Amino acid sequence: MTGKGASVVIVGGGVTGLSSAWWLARAGCDVLVLDKGIVGWEASGRNGGGASHYHSPLYAEEQRLWPLMDDLLGYPTEYRRERVIVAMSPAQLASYHKMAANFNALGYAADHIDSRQALDLAPLVSPQNLGGIHVKFGGHANPQRTVQAYAWAIQDLGGKIIQNCAVTGFQTQGGKVTAVDTAQGTFGCDAVVVAAGPQSSMLLEKLGISLPLAAARAEMIVTEPAPLMAIGGVDGNGLYGRQTLRGNLAYGGGPHEWLDVSATGPAARPTTPLMRNLAKRVAELLPSAAHLRVIRSWAGIVENTPDGRPVIERFNSPSNLTAATMSGVGFGLSPASGHAIADLVLEGQCSFTDLSKLALGRFADLPSDWREQRGWVAISSAGS
Amino acid sequence: MPPNFDGIDRAAINGKLPRPERTVQVLIIGAGPAGTAAAISEAKSGAEVLLVDENPVSASLMGLDTPLYFGGRMTTAVQRQERMLEQIFASNPALEEALDLGVEVALATYAWGAFVNGPGLAAMPQPVVGLANEERAWLVGFDKLILATGARDIPLAFPGWDQPGVMGAGGFAALVERYDAFAGRRIVVLGSGELGLKTVSLARAKGLEVVAIVEALPQAQAMVGSDLADIPLLTGQVIHSAYSGLNGVERISVGPVGGPTRELSCDTVVMSIGMAPAVELLNAAGGVLVLDSQRGGHVPLLTSQGATTLPNVFVIGDSAGLGTPQDSQSYQMAWMRALLGVGDEQVIVCQCEEVTRADLLGVQPPNYLQRPEKLAGRDVHTLLADGPINQDQIKRLTRACMGACQARRCREQVALTLACATQSAPIPLAGFRAPVRPLPLKVLADWDEAAAMTAGWDVWFGIPSQWVPYVDIGTEREAAQMVTFSEDPA
Repeated sequence: MTGKGASVVIVGGGVTGLSSAWWLARAGCDVLVLDKGIVGWEASGRNGGGASHYHSPLYAEEQRLWPLMDDLLGYPTEYRRERVIVAMSPAQLASYHKMAANFNALGYAADHIDSRQALDLAPLVSPQNLGGIHVKFGGHANPQRTVQAYAWAIQDLGGKIIQNCAVTGFQTQGGKVTAVDTAQGTFGCDAVVVAAGPQSSMLLEKLGISLPLAAARAEMIVTEPAPLMAIGGVDGNGLYGRQTLRGNLAYGGGPHEWLDVSATGPAARPTTPLMRNLAKRVAELLPSAAHLRVIRSWAGIVENTPDGRPVIERFNSPSNLTAATMSGVGFGLSPASGHAIADLVLEGQCSFTDLSKLALGRFADLPSDWREQRGWVAISSAGS
Repeated sequence: MPPNFDGIDRAAINGKLPRPERTVQVLIIGAGPAGTAAAISEAKSGAEVLLVDENPVSASLMGLDTPLYFGGRMTTAVQRQERMLEQIFASNPALEEALDLGVEVALATYAWGAFVNGPGLAAMPQPVVGLANEERAWLVGFDKLILATGARDIPLAFPGWDQPGVMGAGGFAALVERYDAFAGRRIVVLGSGELGLKTVSLARAKGLEVVAIVEALPQAQAMVGSDLADIPLLTGQVIHSAYSGLNGVERISVGPVGGPTRELSCDTVVMSIGMAPAVELLNAAGGVLVLDSQRGGHVPLLTSQGATTLPNVFVIGDSAGLGTPQDSQSYQMAWMRALLGVGDEQVIVCQCEEVTRADLLGVQPPNYLQRPEKLAGRDVHTLLADGPINQDQIKRLTRACMGACQARRCREQVALTLACATQSAPIPLAGFRAPVRPLPLKVLADWDEAAAMTAGWDVWFGIPSQWVPYVDIGTEREAAQMVTFSEDPA
């Protein structure tokens, strides 16, 4: 059985794949997104929603696009600008100041603030805070709402999304991918994008490409609503997170557990008593909210490359293949990553930034035991 | 091996999760009839037993309808914990026997999570249950865990159901039987199955007036004894609305779905349409559930010995499944369908997040967000075209089930409403996640954090090269930018 296929088939309906499909559809391209489950179901819909990534070559485009996304997509993302990052220890303050220096070096204002200013900007913050930084751009959005907004916007532009449709392989001819195999049939394509999170390694291996990835579980907690602070993007004290527009405090941070993820994706996304350490840090950072009840925890499975930096590349062979992993920092950058990937698919190069340092070739000499070297191995296989 | 790699990821969770404060041979959660009997039996066979029960829960949690749907109909006596403790012993004499046998009984103690290694988790040093009181949380390890957590109420929405005085059969029974703290006098019972008749019997034994039994189906669902012959049994009828004054419900209107209606004077409506086995702890720990309509809905997958899919974890009593002669799902669905026929689309389904029927079925965002024009073209049917309805996905979009009551008031009815609207098979259960009781940050917090946790804490993965600004990659500035955000950069 051969499905209808599309000009571009996007493997993976996470936020990177969805944004790529949306940019391609905006360019008039006929797109089909295939996902093993529901769109945005993995890490794309389970993160802190941050959108302030100075380290990325996509940063300027990220900052340009976020304020426009609600209008461009046609659906609300809950995007809000600005962040306040508050230190509770001298070491934290030093690292936040370093972060501000990096923002400022790029021409984006991030001011040092003292303890009093932190309290003025974020009234729930501890009076014992040591100050921090006020990032005057960046911001945060609701990951769950955003992934659905991308999906709906793709459909509104005529793109197709097939959920519960895991990709099992590819058909190639003449150095190109000609079709994508799934349990629901084969879909022909002129070009293919692989943005399948941790499963990208296993998929690309079928095309002779070795993308080194290790997956790990990260956890977050959320409280009942607190009174709204003027700036919801308040974090620090070793945490990332935000106050939602409803008022809930959603925070993550702390240790991750390396996992072995199979080709079918994560087996489960359990949370652990780590939620107690998160609760402690939220209560320290925002003591005026310490009486609020924690109502949920959740976990997401995140993939990382050996250097923690993305791989975004249009390959030479197969020549119509583009692949991307954002290495654990994909949500906030998604408006820009999708733009870059669409450029690679349509033009062969990114129109707005240099991505050469993110090419896969940097791992050509990576030893096969790179995970063991770094201690990035699942606990059972580590024998501990 | 390059010098900066030594085979250890200091920011990984390995070795950071603490061991429990103590480990007991047998840990039993729930000191109802099944849990207490199990405690006695285990103690008699010589085991060290810790029997935990959350009752009496704090008055503030009762106000959040946790763990049962109390509907604001408790007396102020629930604020006096000593009296409540006495009531628990008085209503369950077997607890004394358990104590005499050496069982350690911890009342007013919440079990908010169970954590065992399994798929996606190998970092637990040993299996534990998270416990808490009003002051602090702690972990207890176990050789054997027996869950006897009973059953939860299943409320269904109708106009006025969010007013004080509308409650569940489980909440009613707890206030009447266990606490002697029920604040009503004249009740109307919704549902004529065994649960409904049990509610009626309890009410009568307590000298309460039962104004009527309302049954959506054309006939009574259980044998109504002659002793109840004087109570009007209104079959083929539903509640159309509850009307409230300062103290909550004062009267209701009832009648066939299409009318006409008449009014009944009452102060309490006890929903006795169904209860659900309380499987939160098991499910949050990764235990597998199955949908079994004859056992009350989503129930643990059990071996004949009562073992769950988790090693050394057992489920007994009502939480293992409710013995009901009825097809619970069909009965609840029949009631839901009937209630959807009364009241308009503005009936609130999720009280915490104020989600209406229209918002739920239209998969609309909450009121604090703009609803752009395009959203009008989206609803549960367009979502269904993308694949089977998933309640967790709808929750993300509408916020139904996202509130402080942890969806105790709306989990089942959201699934029933979605199933009715889409004519689909039962909607898969929306997952449970710890903490399965809403605990304050300062109570849940680990204030005695292990040194290894503190030392290795990083805001993200602790990969030094991850945050190097792009322009610095491959330059002499790169080394200086290799930082993590951990407390202890060493």
